[in-house]
Amino acid sequence: MSVLDDADDRFDEAPAASIRLAHRFAALRAERRGGLVVYLTATDPDPETSLALLKGLPRAGVDVIELGMPFSDPMADGPVIQSASSRALKAGGSLAQTLAMVRAFRAEDDATPLVLMGYYNPIYSHGPERFATDAAAAGVDGCIVVDLPPEEADELAGHLKSRHIDFIFLATPTTDCARLPIVLEKASGFIYYVSIAGITGTASATQQAIAQAALRLRHQTSLPIAVGFGLNTPEQVAAVAGVADAAVVGSAVVRRLAAGLDAQGQARPGLVEDVLSFVHTLAAACRPASREETRP
Amino acid sequence: MRNTYRDGPDERGHFGLYGGRYVAETLMPLILDVERSYDQAKADPAFATEMAGYLRHYVGRPSPLYCAARLTARLGGGRIYLKREDLNHTGAHKINNCIGQILLARRMGRKRIIAETGAGQHGVATATVCALFDMQCVIYMGATDIERQAPNVFRMKLLGAEVRPVTSGAATLKDAMNDALRDWVANVDTTYYLIGTAAGPHPYPAMVRDFQAVIGHETREQILELEGRLPHTLVACIGGGSNAIGLFHPFLDDPGIRLIGVEAAGHGLETGRHAASMIGGRPGVLHGNRTYLLQNADGQILEAHSISAGLDYPGVGPEHSWLKDVGRVEYVPVTDDEAVAAFRLLTRLEGIIPALESAHAIAHILKLAPTLPKDHIIVVNLSGRGDKDVNTVAMALNGEGGLS
Repeated sequence: MSVLDDADDRFDEAPAASIRLAHRFAALRAERRGGLVVYLTATDPDPETSLALLKGLPRAGVDVIELGMPFSDPMADGPVIQSASSRALKAGGSLAQTLAMVRAFRAEDDATPLVLMGYYNPIYSHGPERFATDAAAAGVDGCIVVDLPPEEADELAGHLKSRHIDFIFLATPTTDCARLPIVLEKASGFIYYVSIAGITGTASATQQAIAQAALRLRHQTSLPIAVGFGLNTPEQVAAVAGVADAAVVGSAVVRRLAAGLDAQGQARPGLVEDVLSFVHTLAAACRPASREETRP
Repeated sequence: MRNTYRDGPDERGHFGLYGGRYVAETLMPLILDVERSYDQAKADPAFATEMAGYLRHYVGRPSPLYCAARLTARLGGGRIYLKREDLNHTGAHKINNCIGQILLARRMGRKRIIAETGAGQHGVATATVCALFDMQCVIYMGATDIERQAPNVFRMKLLGAEVRPVTSGAATLKDAMNDALRDWVANVDTTYYLIGTAAGPHPYPAMVRDFQAVIGHETREQILELEGRLPHTLVACIGGGSNAIGLFHPFLDDPGIRLIGVEAAGHGLETGRHAASMIGGRPGVLHGNRTYLLQNADGQILEAHSISAGLDYPGVGPEHSWLKDVGRVEYVPVTDDEAVAAFRLLTRLEGIIPALESAHAIAHILKLAPTLPKDHIIVVNLSGRGDKDVNTVAMALNGEGGLS
């Protein structure tokens, strides 16, 4: 029985949300652990390697996949993900290519939630409604659009909602009490808490600051809370997974990927296995109760 | 028929389809703070008085409106006036905006200023006001531009600014703006982003326009004094479009005044190597606003090309995008070669070396003026001086055998 059949009855009252995401976060709560969200840029470093990585993430213990849509001007990203984006574009990455990867992934995995992360212009260029239709058909569960704050989100939000795709918004250390309700009003799926004021792959927040922020968010929303930016090690992941519903790791995984490239930027043999084994150590950190169990 | 073209943007920063605030959540509270602070400053007569004082005594305003008699005689048509923004302190219109924004940053209690620059004119103007107001100054500039605008880089450093080379993308203005935004996100508590053109997230397009509108307001008074009537045609070059919107805005509601914005056509529109985002692009979202952009079918932003570093940007201010769609302003292309020819002609005829940016506007005048009657009055915004460009022009001319 597929996850969709299983979940249909339980989530009937909330049809405008991704069933896979709701199901996964419910399962994590039942297991009393925080989950692991891993970010990769689609088509980085090439379509085949990228798809092999994507397909390997669930086996490595990833709970939610965040797939980056490459963009020429990733303004909120640090050097690591900027490079990933330009490698992806050089290798033929595009919105259509990203959705094709999602389709290929979904052919084998109907359970793992997958959210797209990117910037608005490729979506706007594709057409917001057409994007929502194509993303839903490919099996996308949620969207994070970095440069589309709630104030500008209406032209995409309705299309996503009617196709059961969650619209995931960012909350940051600068999102004050007056502003948080504006963000939460439009948000579904989960809240992505950006733990530092900064770009990806640079500074890290203290565990205390993260715990306080998670607590503040919990008072305002019943949505699951994922925390990202600046998480690099299994220890950091374990600490965040203890106070939030999920920990997001992006640049550290992409850095590992980049270390497996040769001077021409081509994937060396063993890259996929190496990245996935790193991801596995992160995933194990989210499972303190079952650390002795070996996952396939 | 609308009553006015001058009431934009709406309260959320939209000029029709264009403008808005497309920024990461981390920046939203800051941008709202800039808007609130600017609204308060606008309502405070002391702010206007202080700004006017600096414009007069430090920048040297009003800038002259000069009748270019020899150029007029050579072209044999309409009477050409040059609005001499090149005579401002630091050599371009950029300083008008910098004075306004540095006063705002000071009101907001910010001590660290960041800015992006292409040709280096805005970088120099920003470094200048930071020296004047004793603020820390970091300028993001594409590595390519650093190379072709070396004198301005040195000026910025002399003024005490740190110039950070940007190597991502094509290492030009677009990439410098990306890095400035990244800096701002990481330094939200201390830093003010002093954007150099009438683009970016609201309130920047409206605020920069308001600070540059001094150009149009002066022109209006000066031409009435000189000619006893308003001009028939206004012409200005468009990169981000701040000098153009500054000249045009006070005239938008005068029916019958023809407004022409000149975009950089680089090697020619047909080659794809140009910076004419309105003529050769389509609407998209970048750097905080929706506007015309050069982009591919997938919505990836393309590199612009222009011999003029200040026009070498794949977007344009959102108010221009709107003015294009509603048909109030015409936008025309001028190539690198045409701009260089105009640069040389103005220098020889009037003894004025224009910035390559402004030379694009002059180049359009060379085509337009001969078709107009002698009593037709044209005002061109001579937005900057060309000392910074002499090496670039020398290189362009060497390719054709040098000065003859």
